[in-house]
Amino acid sequence: MPASTPLLRCHQLSLTRAGRPILDRLDLSLQAGTLTALLGPNGAGKSSLLKCLTGELEHEGEISLFGRERQAWPAMELAHSVGVLPQSSSLNFPFLCEEVVAMGRLPHSEPASRRDQIVRAAMTHAGVEHLASRLYPGLSGGERQRVQFARVLAQIWQAPDDPQQPRLLLLDEPTSALDLKYQHQLLTMARALAARNTAVLVVLHDLNLAARYADRLVMLEQGRLMADGTPAEVLTPALIDRLYDYPAQVIHHPETGLPMVV
Amino acid sequence: MMRLPLPWLFALTGGALALLLVGSLATGPMALSFGESLRALFAGQESGIAAHKLLIVQEIRLPRTLLCIAVGGILGLCGAVMQGLFRNPLADPGIIGVSGGAALGAALAIVLLAPLGQQWQSLLGIGLLPLLAFLGGALTTTLVYLLGTREGGTSVTVMLLAGVAITALSGAVIGLLTYLADDQMLRNLSLWQMGTLAAGKPVDVALALATLIVLLLLFMLDANPLNALLLGEGEARHLGVNVQSLKRRLILLTAAGVGVAVAVAGMIGFVGLVVPHLVRLLAGPNHVRLLPLSALLGAALLLGADMLARTLLAPAELPVGIITALLGAPFFIWLLVKGRRTL
Repeated sequence: MPASTPLLRCHQLSLTRAGRPILDRLDLSLQAGTLTALLGPNGAGKSSLLKCLTGELEHEGEISLFGRERQAWPAMELAHSVGVLPQSSSLNFPFLCEEVVAMGRLPHSEPASRRDQIVRAAMTHAGVEHLASRLYPGLSGGERQRVQFARVLAQIWQAPDDPQQPRLLLLDEPTSALDLKYQHQLLTMARALAARNTAVLVVLHDLNLAARYADRLVMLEQGRLMADGTPAEVLTPALIDRLYDYPAQVIHHPETGLPMVV
Repeated sequence: MMRLPLPWLFALTGGALALLLVGSLATGPMALSFGESLRALFAGQESGIAAHKLLIVQEIRLPRTLLCIAVGGILGLCGAVMQGLFRNPLADPGIIGVSGGAALGAALAIVLLAPLGQQWQSLLGIGLLPLLAFLGGALTTTLVYLLGTREGGTSVTVMLLAGVAITALSGAVIGLLTYLADDQMLRNLSLWQMGTLAAGKPVDVALALATLIVLLLLFMLDANPLNALLLGEGEARHLGVNVQSLKRRLILLTAAGVGVAVAVAGMIGFVGLVVPHLVRLLAGPNHVRLLPLSALLGAALLLGADMLARTLLAPAELPVGIITALLGAPFFIWLLVKGRRTL
């Protein structure tokens, strides 16, 4: 695969539910090394877009991953390099947290010692190593979200024999259950992953978090691409007013110069 | 509760099963010592052990013991798989409609076909009643599955409710059939419904043991995908699991397993509910451990229940289904009370 090929490309992606268009001829490409924030008001089609990308929803149009059509990939092989963090998880059986994280290694066949090593490393990176032998159902919402993030990290953990392996990480509102500290910690991790030949797509509601961590903001409105560009290009008072029907002001951060919505 | 190390767990359940196995051979109207029954088990005609003791151990008690082990193992195993499949610790093989459908098949066999089926029974080998019970169970499960399946996935709620409705419907039809039945038919019907392991014909024992082994091997291949399924169907899909084909496979295999168990031993409730719970308390919910331990503990539990059934009112014999219901129903209520807030 040539280096310039986008890791993810969708072309004329459309989705209709009960006669109502959810996604309307959407074109989107993601490059390795970038973190893209997917924004838009409620019901704009953000989660539906993610579900199309992961193959959970039937759709029209083409989606190719790593230069190959999505349907042509064997599911297990694709799971080696595509990680998905859903909004919330319904696990209520008394698994230990380290067992939950180890489930991320399901697509890989490897000796148990290597698996345990990766599970520990992923838990450390997600800041949940102290939860390893706690029962998952007893955790708070935020702790669960971080354990699930560790599971996804473990799933797409870089193989030592292929450090350049391109990966795709899809995060659906990963910060919704997290407090301020962990919101920043999680997005810092996502940025670090992006720097390692990964394309990250993250659904966010907080425009300021998006401006701070994303290279690129993609705005959806009623299933259509409304705006696509750097935070400075996209976050204008006019656009925010139009999208969210809310009169906002945009100022610039005194140190970083990044746009901030107030 | 503290989880025990895996070797301990296997030693514990395996040891209990071995003890119960010998105990089951020794227990009965004619008391034998443990040593005597073990020697009689492996002895030939020239061993000096009385011929009637050989006959009792090898021809009567051994088939019954093996049938208990096979049926208990199947029920424990299928219970564990169903609870994983439905992501609900209250699911039980009976709940998806196998028991109801199987009972309907058996009732049809007893009331409508039995008068003309005597020659067929010997011809068919495994008998008309078990065959119809199995067919009834498999058909109902398929119907419940079709009702519960929608575009894009299987609705667990719809499946559970459909299971309840179909169980009620087959109960009503069985009620109608009892009006057509004569005294002997009614007696056969109620005995079969309560579950009995006494008639351990070699062909039944072989069928049940083979089913247990095949199911255990096939389910173990799906142990890790089953773990992923507990995360949620979407998450399992993201981990590369073909969720639809996994669910279809598990539903068909459990229907076959429970169908065989019900066919050879009648309705024996609550083993599939209680056993996986106990194992989860001791070993955690990971299916790699849960499945083999549930099979072992299910076998041990049913063997123990059958020994109680044989001895409590000796020389009369209780149907083993009564014992498992007496033990299991309070347990089920306890689970409901304990989990009231979370269910």
